[in-house]
Amino acid sequence: MTDTRKITVTVNGKSHTKEVPTRLLLSDFLRHELLLTGTHVGCEHGVCGACTVLIDGRSARSCLTLAVQANGHEVMTVEGIAPNADELHHLQQAMQDHHGLQCGYCTPGILTTLFELLRDNPDPSEHEVRSAISGNLCRCTGYQGIVEAALDAAQKMRAGARS
Amino acid sequence: MKPAPFTYHDPQTLDEAYGLLATLENARVLSGGQSLIPMLNFRYVQPDHIIDVAGIAAISGITYKDGILKIGAMTRQREIEYSDIVATHCPLMREAILQVGHRQTRNRGTIGGSLAHLDPAAELPLVACAMDGMIHLGGSRGTRDVAFTDYALGFMTTAIEPDEMITGVSIPTWKPGHGSAFVEFARREGDFAIVAIAALMEIDASQTITRAALAVGGALATAQRLPEAEAILVGAKANDETFRAAGEACTQIDAVEDVHAPASYRKSLAGVLTRRALKAAAERTK
Ligand code: FES
Ligand code: FES
Repeated sequence: MTDTRKITVTVNGKSHTKEVPTRLLLSDFLRHELLLTGTHVGCEHGVCGACTVLIDGRSARSCLTLAVQANGHEVMTVEGIAPNADELHHLQQAMQDHHGLQCGYCTPGILTTLFELLRDNPDPSEHEVRSAISGNLCRCTGYQGIVEAALDAAQKMRAGARS
Repeated sequence: MKPAPFTYHDPQTLDEAYGLLATLENARVLSGGQSLIPMLNFRYVQPDHIIDVAGIAAISGITYKDGILKIGAMTRQREIEYSDIVATHCPLMREAILQVGHRQTRNRGTIGGSLAHLDPAAELPLVACAMDGMIHLGGSRGTRDVAFTDYALGFMTTAIEPDEMITGVSIPTWKPGHGSAFVEFARREGDFAIVAIAALMEIDASQTITRAALAVGGALATAQRLPEAEAILVGAKANDETFRAAGEACTQIDAVEDVHAPASYRKSLAGVLTRRALKAAAERTK
């Protein structure tokens, strides 16, 4: 018999209570139970970073987290980054402007990782940006556009905070 | 790439956890999950029971008293990274932690998990090795403290008995004014080190080395001290000649060979990184 637990997880501000198998990964909980397919799954062993979400505001690989470990915690996925359905976050807009994505597979993990970086460090150096996304594999872009997007978004967010 | 089924337990006290460890067959302790969950996903390990110790407050936190830095097993690597206590009293660990995985894994990974997993190239076991760390183990039969040398038995093999778990680690810190350096080489940032060197040093007013510790990771089955090189250092002048001689001694290790690098490469790298680490450590002495 499958071992299950009833868990309550707040995802992008909305509380969800579900009975889940204890072996269920958080990535699969988000994708299959909550149908939030923005969180991508590349490797399922912690190498590619595509599945990165924020748990209590801190980036984490959702494929290296059991859904039961998120019980009672707050999760933010890439779906939670934009301020509303019609508006992009500065980071998302900058990714579009700077060609920071091609196939988009890595993008959710890059966005969540950079979201944490810019919140903790609004004025990162290029090296700090590269270091932050060192755990995110992108097979398409060569990273140049992603780094430019992060620096551009950081600058716009600082300007926004001042105005 | 999904874990095989298991029964999940989340004890809230150490006694509860010890009771589970004593009674359950084929159980694994889960802390941050950054090593165990990949192994579950690959089904390298298929435990019947998972004991999640994240809820046990008693094994989380960082304290410093009478020259001993004590870190609870469940303390996340991120907390170590941002700890003023660690930065002040144990700069070697602070330098090492920045090279542990990536921010995303440090946010969840714990020091106890890293010590229990004992990857040969992992940074935190190397720090425990270089600094004569004492691993605290507990179980229903009682608690015991095991010195790192007796704890690390071989390739990913520890002295933890099946009914025991790590509760923390104590690191005897070095005198204020000592110098230390943690130097590793990996092909990409955040990768496991091909070779890592941890060095600590105290020097007197005449630039003579009065105390030294040197340990290597990534090159052998587990983190190990380099006693021949340490013997060259103590009593010698802190200069390039001494560091070169110590580096030369480190190239004698019986290095492992794998897909990442041949043994000869690791030996040579051990010499180079030792020289760099010693030079940096000496420059940081005050
Ligand atoms: S899917 Fe989680 S790190 Fe690759
Ligand atoms: S855009 Fe294709 S993997 Fe990054």
